[in-house]
Amino acid sequence: MDPHHKRNQLLSLAGMCAIVLFLLYAQTYGTSYDVRILNNCALFIILAVSYNLINGVTGQFSLEPNAFVAIGAYTSALLTLTPMEKEISFIIEPIIWPLSVIHIPFIFSLIAEGVVTAIFGFIMGFPVFRVRGDYLAIVTLGFGEVVRVVANNAQTVTNGPLGLKGLAPYTNLWWSWGFAIFTVFMISRLVKSSYGRALKAVKYDESAAEAVGINTFWHKMLAFTCSAFFEGVGGGLLAHLITTISPTLFTFFLTFNLLIMIVMGGLGSITGSIIAAVFVTWGSEVLRFVEEPMHLGFIDIPPVPGMRMVIFSLILIFLMIFARNGIMGTREFTWNGVIDWIQKYVKPAGKGT
Amino acid sequence: MDVTILLQQFINALSLGSLYGLIAIGYTMVYGILRLINFAHGDIMMMGCFFAFYGIFMFSLSWWASFVIAIVLTAVLGIMIDRGAYRPVRNAPRISALITAIGVSFLLENVGLVVFGGRPKGFPRPEFLGTIHELWGVRFLGLLIWTPLVTLLLLAFILFVVYRTRVGRAMRCISFDMETTRLMGVDVNRIVAITFAIGSAVAAAGGILWAMKYPQINPLMGIIPGLKAFVAAVLGGIGNVTGAMAGGLLLGFAEIFLVAINPDLAGYRDAIAFAILILILLFRPSGLMGEKLPE
Repeated sequence: MDPHHKRNQLLSLAGMCAIVLFLLYAQTYGTSYDVRILNNCALFIILAVSYNLINGVTGQFSLEPNAFVAIGAYTSALLTLTPMEKEISFIIEPIIWPLSVIHIPFIFSLIAEGVVTAIFGFIMGFPVFRVRGDYLAIVTLGFGEVVRVVANNAQTVTNGPLGLKGLAPYTNLWWSWGFAIFTVFMISRLVKSSYGRALKAVKYDESAAEAVGINTFWHKMLAFTCSAFFEGVGGGLLAHLITTISPTLFTFFLTFNLLIMIVMGGLGSITGSIIAAVFVTWGSEVLRFVEEPMHLGFIDIPPVPGMRMVIFSLILIFLMIFARNGIMGTREFTWNGVIDWIQKYVKPAGKGT
Repeated sequence: MDVTILLQQFINALSLGSLYGLIAIGYTMVYGILRLINFAHGDIMMMGCFFAFYGIFMFSLSWWASFVIAIVLTAVLGIMIDRGAYRPVRNAPRISALITAIGVSFLLENVGLVVFGGRPKGFPRPEFLGTIHELWGVRFLGLLIWTPLVTLLLLAFILFVVYRTRVGRAMRCISFDMETTRLMGVDVNRIVAITFAIGSAVAAAGGILWAMKYPQINPLMGIIPGLKAFVAAVLGGIGNVTGAMAGGLLLGFAEIFLVAINPDLAGYRDAIAFAILILILLFRPSGLMGEKLPE
C-alpha cells in the first residue's frame, strides 16, 4: 500500500471542499453566463471522461457518443415531462401509451436513463465488437446516424424533428458538478482496478491480452457499457440544462467536440480529458471574438460565423501531426506526483545549495 | 407494382447507385493503398461542386469548361490534403491517421461554411440534361441516363489505369506491401499523390452529377453521400474498384426499392445504408467481392 494513503485522502477531501466553495462562490456572485459555462464544463467532463474510457483506456476507437447522449436525453425528457406537457408537445401524432402516463422525479430519471443507455450500449456491443480498428469507427458512427434518423422519424416516441420542449431546468451546478465528480471517481476506480489493467492490456496488444487469459470481448463490452451509462446520464443532465432537445442536437458534431477533448487531453488519461474538457468549453467561449466584426486600423473585418470550428479542426490536425500525446499522454494526476514535483523544485531552493 | 413504375424506379436506382459507386471508388482506392478511411472524401466532393458552381457564376465559364476546371482543381485539392495532412501521419498509428482524416473533414466543411456561406445554392443544369424524356410511359430527366453512362466511362478509365499502366501496377504493389515496393525503387509518395488525385477527381465528377440531380449545393452536402459511399465500398469489398461500383449500385437499388415497396420507410432512408453495413460486417466482413478483411 501507498504509505501516503491517508495524506492523499485528506488532500482529496480538501480539493473537494475547494471545488464546493468555488461553486458556492460562483452560484452567489457569478452571472448566469458564468454559471452556464461552469455547467457546460461539468457536462463535458462527464461526457469526455466516459468517452475516454472506451477510446483512450481500452483503445477501441469508436464514434458513437452522440447516440448515447441522444438516448439518455430522450429517455430523461420523456420520463420527467408531465403527461399534460407531453399531450401539448405531441401535436402531430400522440405519444404511445406507456410513455404518455409515466412521470417520475428527476433523480430517478437520471438512474433510469443511465440504465436504458447502458442496455442499449450492451446490445449494440455485440455486433460492434465483431470488428476492429477503422471498421469499429465506421460501425459506431453508423449507429450514431441510425439513432439520429430514428429520433427524427419515430414521431410517436420522440416527437420527430419538432423535438421535446419545455423541460424543467433541473440541472444546476450541484447536479452537474456532483455527477461529474461521481463519474471521475467511478471511472478512475474502474481504471485502477484489475479490470482497468485488463482494459489497458487490450489497448496495447489484444492478442497478448487474450494469451494471458483476458476475455477481450467481455472487457470491451464492460468498458462500452460503462461508457454508455455515464454518457446517458450526461445526456439527461444536458437535456435538463438546455430544456429543449431535438435530433439536430445529437449529430456527429457532438462526437467531434468530444473527440477533440480526449485527443487534446491525451488518449487514455482521465486527468487529460478533464483538463481538455474545461479548456475546450472555456476556450470556445473565449474564441467567440473571432466571429465578431473587428476593426483593425483601416480594415473592417465582417463577422464570420463558423470560424471557431475552423480553428478547432486545425487544432485537431495539428495535434495529430505534432503532439500526438496531447497534454497528459497516458499520465494521470496523483497527489504523490504533485508533492514530488513540489519537493523537486522547492526544496533545493530552500536549502540554498 | 406495375411495369411503368418498376422501370421508373429502376432508372432512379441506376443513377443513384452509380453516383454512390463513383464516390466509393475514391474511398476504395485510398483505403486499398494506405489502409486509411479518407473521412474527408465526401467533403472533397462538396468542394468539387462549389468549384464548378463558382466557375459558372463568378467567372462566367461555359458549363463544360467549368466542370473540367473544377475536376482538375479538386484533384489538386486531394493532392494538397494528402501532402499537408496525411503524409505527416503516414507512419503514425492508424488511429492517428483516422483522427486526422476526421479533422480534415471538419476543416473542409467549416471552411465551406465560412467562405461559401451555409445557405443552399441552386446548381445549374445544362439544357440537354434538364429535358424530360418519355419512353414507354416512363418519364425521366436526361441526366438520369447520362449519369450511368459517364460513370461507366470513368470506371473504364480507372480500371485501365489500375490494371494496364505502370502507375496502376505500382498502386497494386503498394497495397500489397508498401515497404517492399519502396525498396524496389518506386516513389511511394508520388503514387499515393496520384491515387488521391484520381480519387478526388472522380469524386468531383460524381459530386457535380449529384449536384445536378438535386439541383442545390451546400457545405454540408458531402457528409451523407460520403458515408453511404463508404458503406458501398465496404459492401463491394474495400480495395476493389469494380466491387465499389457494384456495392454502390446495390446500395442505390436497396434504398430506392425498399422505399418503393414500403413508402413508410421514406424517413428512414438514410438508416438503410448503415443497417446494411452492420449486417455485412456481421456476416461477410470481406464484402461481396473482396478477399480477406485486413486487420
